Amino acid sequence: MVEKLTLFDKIWNEHVVCAPSGGLPLLYIDLHLVHEVTSPQAFEGLRLAGRKVRQPQKTVATVDHNIPTEPRGTPILDPIAARQIQALQQNCEEFGVPLFDMNSSDQGIVHVIGPELGLTQPGMTIVCGDSHTSTHGAFGALAFGIGTSEVEHVLATQCLHQRKPKSMRIEVRGRLAEGVSAKDLALGVIGQIGIDGATGYVIEYTGEAVRGLSMEGRMTLCNMSIEAGARAAMIAPDDITFAYMKGRRFVPRHWDEAVGRWRALASDPGARYDATVEVDASQLAPFVTWGTNPGMIAPVDGRVPNVDDLKTDRSAVERMLEYMGLESGTRIEDISIDRVFIGSCTNSRLEDLRAAARVAKGHQVASRVRAMVVPGSQAVKHAAEQEGLDRIFLDSGFEWRESGCSMCLGMNPDILQPGERCASTSNRNFEGRQGRGGRTHLVSPMMAAAAAIAGHFTDIRNWRFY
Amino acid sequence: MKPIRIHRGQVAPLHRANVDTDQIIPKQFLKRIERTGFGEFLLYDWRRTSDGKQDPSFVLNHPRHAGASVLVVGKNFGCGSSREHAVWALEDFGFRVLIAPSFADIFANNCVKNGVLTVVLSEAEVAEIARRAEELHRYEVTVDLEQCLVHDGHGLSATFQIDEFTRHCLLEGLDDIGLTLQHESEIAAYEARHSPAIR
Repeated sequence: MVEKLTLFDKIWNEHVVCAPSGGLPLLYIDLHLVHEVTSPQAFEGLRLAGRKVRQPQKTVATVDHNIPTEPRGTPILDPIAARQIQALQQNCEEFGVPLFDMNSSDQGIVHVIGPELGLTQPGMTIVCGDSHTSTHGAFGALAFGIGTSEVEHVLATQCLHQRKPKSMRIEVRGRLAEGVSAKDLALGVIGQIGIDGATGYVIEYTGEAVRGLSMEGRMTLCNMSIEAGARAAMIAPDDITFAYMKGRRFVPRHWDEAVGRWRALASDPGARYDATVEVDASQLAPFVTWGTNPGMIAPVDGRVPNVDDLKTDRSAVERMLEYMGLESGTRIEDISIDRVFIGSCTNSRLEDLRAAARVAKGHQVASRVRAMVVPGSQAVKHAAEQEGLDRIFLDSGFEWRESGCSMCLGMNPDILQPGERCASTSNRNFEGRQGRGGRTHLVSPMMAAAAAIAGHFTDIRNWRFY
Repeated sequence: MKPIRIHRGQVAPLHRANVDTDQIIPKQFLKRIERTGFGEFLLYDWRRTSDGKQDPSFVLNHPRHAGASVLVVGKNFGCGSSREHAVWALEDFGFRVLIAPSFADIFANNCVKNGVLTVVLSEAEVAEIARRAEELHRYEVTVDLEQCLVHDGHGLSATFQIDEFTRHCLLEGLDDIGLTLQHESEIAAYEARHSPAIR
């Protein structure tokens, strides 16, 4: 009998270069994405050891984390950030790595441009010195984040020593209701299994609700899987995947042959997983996080929970509430906000911006709120402008900015001031993530746009669309 | 990388679960292109008040924990961002061993690459070590990677598991790029067998 394999098993097996006895398997890496923050020390390591980049043509670099989102050409005022960007430029030149630089029309958040350019493909192994590399698993790739030492290792060898993680299937039954997005599904999964619920596992998402997601939605879902601790997340490629990819710049020339190969990647019926989780899509609502990790969620029509109702350690919850300036029992819709951030590798693609613009159209941002929209890439920005989304945002009082990671992690000048409260489409609500003392609530793009206009969280299911 | 075989050191307790790497090293310190000098920024927003002064109430600022080289922490330590700067900060501050009920995956990998040993013990064992670190003056433990054992000379003894490859790398302080390059012929053969470059 032929062994039944999962999507993950198939990609893993295909990429094992060798499995030395007493050692860990050596895994081949097909695509290595590089950005300015986690790479300088890796290139320096190569230089010190007199090593080269083994496969510069399987390596792609861009600047995203600390670049300003003011109009391009504005000087970078932070000299340390400027030096880091310059270091990437020099390193790419010295080692022959292609770079989509500040002024490139292909610049963007690394996890937005990989798929957009057709670099991200089913069946690949993809790494990047960034935890949200899990995003690329939406295409049926094995994609995971690594640290700088491993970046150096991949640059030098195109391989990594890897212990094979366990596999977890997350089956999402039923369909998402109107107003409930992929972001809410992602938050719902984390809320259900916990922020370390998938530590040590590679997740495969299956089920009707997952099949029904667009590629943008699948990327949002896989992107957030690291927030449940997952090593990686993946979704088997299908017609939706192939339709998204077709015609993109770096997809294989022998297209039909590639599609045939990719179709065979799907998990075999009856393949075994180390763990299985079921999620009921009909139980999901538009969620708002209230705490300082992404598992602390409440439906928008709910309340900040009572300390006694949670399984989490009491002192930890009390600490979260104090940091967030919230009290148990407060209605989520009564929480007013100061800032809105629509962007990040989670939610900055064209579909996300369309969803937010549809909500914003014909409305005005509340007078006390400052709201910014940061497209994920120059290509997203250009496409959005072609559709007139920039006009909708600007007419409604949103700022329309240049592409980058921006206020997701606040490495550039886009940060919260102490005590400011933000509705954010990003992925982490950790203490200080968006600025020391800043209070982050994670939401979907539709919910963020609605909050900008209402001045407080509001249920998108009751929204008045014009 | 410095080898680690048997480490004896003073223990500092940090009673928090899910300490993310944004806390361990806040973003404003990630812009440096060096690998050293991150220790002073470790847990910056917790160690320092908003005006940059040391917060005397934070545990790592207590004089009694000065010089600690073993940090005992809550579960899921190092979750979130892949930033290796978190490990560089811990190591530069003086920590060689971290003890917790669990660690986040990428963070644990990053520790190995820097010769920092992550020891996973049960919740009860971790709580006991933390309790002793709080109650006993200059409480020390011995972490023995050869025997996979933590003991303190006061009756506490706990074994831990670690995969053989990782243990070997840490014991010998191996440069694993060098190790991988020993498989050059296999890598080249793999590349010859598989599709050409993506572009």
